[in-house]
Amino acid sequence: MRRMRSPSALAGLVLVLATLVLAVVGPWLWGEEAARFDPLHILEGHSADHPLGTDDGGRDLLARTLAATRQSVWLALLATCVTTAVGIPLGALPSVLGPRAARLVSGLIDSLVAFPVLLLAMFAALIAGAGARGAVVGIGVAAVPGLARLTRTLADTVASSDYVAAARMLGAGRTAVLLRHVLPNIAEPLILTVTANLGYSLLGLATLSLLGLGVQPPDYDWGRLLHDTLPRVYVDPEAVAGPALAVAAAGIGFALLGESLARAAARTPDAVPRGESRTVLPPGCGPLPGAPEPVLEVRDLSVSFGGTTPVRGVSFSVAPGELVGLVGESGSGKSLTALAVGGLVPYPGTVSGRVLLGGRPLEELSRRELGTRLAMVFQDPMAALNPALRVGSQLAEVATVHLGASRKEAWRRAVDRLGRVRIPDPEANARRYPHEFSGGMRQRAVIAMGLMGEPELIVADEPTTALDVTVQKRVLELLAEVNETTGAAGLLISHDLAVVSLYCRRVLVMYAGRIVEELPSSQLRRARHPYTRALVASSPDLSTDRSLPLATIPGRQPEPAEVPGGCAFAPRCARALERCRADRPELEDGVACWNPEDA
Amino acid sequence: MFLLRRAIRFALSLVLVVLASFAMLHLIPGDPVRAALGPTAPREAVEQRRAELGLDRPWPEQLKTYLGKVATGDFGESFLSRQPAGQVIADRLPATVQLVAVTMALALLVAVPLGMAMAARTHGGRGRRTELAFTSVTGGLSVVPEFLLAVGMIALFGVTLRWLPVAGKDGAASFVMPVLALAAGPAALLARLVRVETLRELSSDYVRLARAKRVPAVRLYLRHLLPNTLTAALTTGGLLLSSLLGGSVVVEYVFQWPGLGGTTVEAIAGKDYALAQAAILVYGAISLTVVFAVDVALGLLDPRSRPRMLG
Repeated sequence: MRRMRSPSALAGLVLVLATLVLAVVGPWLWGEEAARFDPLHILEGHSADHPLGTDDGGRDLLARTLAATRQSVWLALLATCVTTAVGIPLGALPSVLGPRAARLVSGLIDSLVAFPVLLLAMFAALIAGAGARGAVVGIGVAAVPGLARLTRTLADTVASSDYVAAARMLGAGRTAVLLRHVLPNIAEPLILTVTANLGYSLLGLATLSLLGLGVQPPDYDWGRLLHDTLPRVYVDPEAVAGPALAVAAAGIGFALLGESLARAAARTPDAVPRGESRTVLPPGCGPLPGAPEPVLEVRDLSVSFGGTTPVRGVSFSVAPGELVGLVGESGSGKSLTALAVGGLVPYPGTVSGRVLLGGRPLEELSRRELGTRLAMVFQDPMAALNPALRVGSQLAEVATVHLGASRKEAWRRAVDRLGRVRIPDPEANARRYPHEFSGGMRQRAVIAMGLMGEPELIVADEPTTALDVTVQKRVLELLAEVNETTGAAGLLISHDLAVVSLYCRRVLVMYAGRIVEELPSSQLRRARHPYTRALVASSPDLSTDRSLPLATIPGRQPEPAEVPGGCAFAPRCARALERCRADRPELEDGVACWNPEDA
Repeated sequence: MFLLRRAIRFALSLVLVVLASFAMLHLIPGDPVRAALGPTAPREAVEQRRAELGLDRPWPEQLKTYLGKVATGDFGESFLSRQPAGQVIADRLPATVQLVAVTMALALLVAVPLGMAMAARTHGGRGRRTELAFTSVTGGLSVVPEFLLAVGMIALFGVTLRWLPVAGKDGAASFVMPVLALAAGPAALLARLVRVETLRELSSDYVRLARAKRVPAVRLYLRHLLPNTLTAALTTGGLLLSSLLGGSVVVEYVFQWPGLGGTTVEAIAGKDYALAQAAILVYGAISLTVVFAVDVALGLLDPRSRPRMLG
């Protein structure tokens, strides 16, 4: 069983099994000795006959500790039964009741959860009377709010699922839905929680008995033994150690087992690949000769995660003031290329190849230079702004951190930049929080943030995908305008060929981690790579003949782990030759194809 | 608007606690006065005491008197010592509040930096061994009961090494063991929570953008991440605070701390119902106040929670 691999679950299982075995055999094996009075040896410490010493009746404490297992576990079991019998129906009640009554019950559960468990237990024990019965009721009742709330939350999740909605549509009553659909689906987490509860009941009962409010003599459980031996902790600590360790081991065992199983059941397998993160520099990375020096120069860039390499040997450059588009389907490696250009590939990714910004390798640039000369815009503007900070101070930060501006200057600059991206009333809006902004305004604010420095390059990764169509256009126009007025070059990454061709002069087409074609956007209709042709054919524009079905590309892009040896597009390509499957074409003359279409 | 809703809920819960503490005396099977005075007490004494306490009158009238008394801060008098219960509580409560406040401060001061540091160290699947060690240790600590830590520490530091006083409240040294015993569990839970929250925030876009801005690490964690993780830490902290109150009862008992917890245990064990009633009322009111205060603080701290709570 995969779930048992976690060390805490395993430790819990061992402890629980040991406890259960002891609970069964304990009183048989040691019950007699535990009850044998020996007036000659009362209150003794550790000795060969009595490893943990004796109590005030001369009874052996080790035997009493072992024999008390059954009573302790039994009472915990009873208390858990009380919790389960009350908690689950109470938590399920809101799904059966009408909306108003359901809210009332939910409110009651919520306010009960706020009370300390031990105090609830003491309150209940006070009413039921000090003794085993009172303690069981007290501990059992005290755990009810927690279990009820969990039940309600779980039931709510299931109740909003499609199959429950379907059952409702078919006319099933609330109770039927609860019994047939909801409860069976939340049974597993509930059972695991009840297991953990058993542990907490055990500890709770021991606590109550320790305080003298639980089991009363002549009965004894671990807590009662603790109560009796506690005053001797200063003289014979071993007398306390026995029952203390027993109760801790058993309680922790149940709690660990239940909780780690519940966690394992809730967790989806984590997909983070393993590996070392490091940047491999090829030898000799000085500036390359050649006039006008590009703002961005990417040479043979690869990004790998463990065994897979989603970006493979990508090379391109962006001239000052140029707006270059990078297009490809999702999974083509274009976003990782953008992150690599920003030096932001997340752990455990490995980057190899060269990225030169203004002729200097990324690694050599200081934090300050990177923070001011390079700006990045990400896809989801809601997520890209820190929800807890005012928009203005998130912008101003760039100036205070990197430009040594005073807070006042930085704020003024932030307001100015917000104005430049046409945010209305920038003074007032700078003081607002991101959630008070619309999607378009947020993306403008992110662009404004990039303008806080003197950016030479703006990398925009799907900047408009998360926005409405009408807002998209305005944000793109803003980017183009910034490019024109500040002279900052831009790398616009998109899956939308139409968007890219409208705003960029040059387009790079990526497929399965490689650039397969590089061409001016005016030439897109005469692209030579079959993949680019297919992309153009499958993106509709005003001139598309609506009477014909929209062209699609058969097959799918290979996953990074399964890219074939030859041309990655060959399996989907109508023009593929023998050679395409065997040899990989390099990017030559702007196209990586053995059998390009005519220009 | 949000404040008003919270305040109404707080007030209703308080009323519920007062009613519950009143009902307590009437839910006890048999005669509480007889139970308190013992089976050998003469019948006249019991009758007289019942009349003194007003227990012979119909219950609506009793409730009215009770509410009036609670409103004026009169919690009745102890069945046993005949001291005013309010006086006993006023004497004992400060020690409990000190213990709990120091514990909470320590738990927060340890857990938040530790959780964030662990998140930074284990982000993106690195530091697997650190992660395993951290989750095992905190997972273990969060389920170890207070009394076990207390007893273990007494045996080790108090009896064997004789470094610290074993019981009572006398100067800073006497705080060490009770506070540690009480703080370990909540601090462990809180540190786990802060780590998970920080990990979640670390993979968010705004952190990526902050990294793209090349914000220094200290600023990234303190200015960008902390406000976003603090919300969850405070919510849980508030709930933990009320569970700390429960834990403090045990710790006070074991260390013979002169707080309210010991008094409450004695009152319950000794069937001193009036004192127990007052103590439970006070504990209930304190935990409700804490939850309310945390709610309000969160509402004021986190700009997002305000509109959400309106809905």
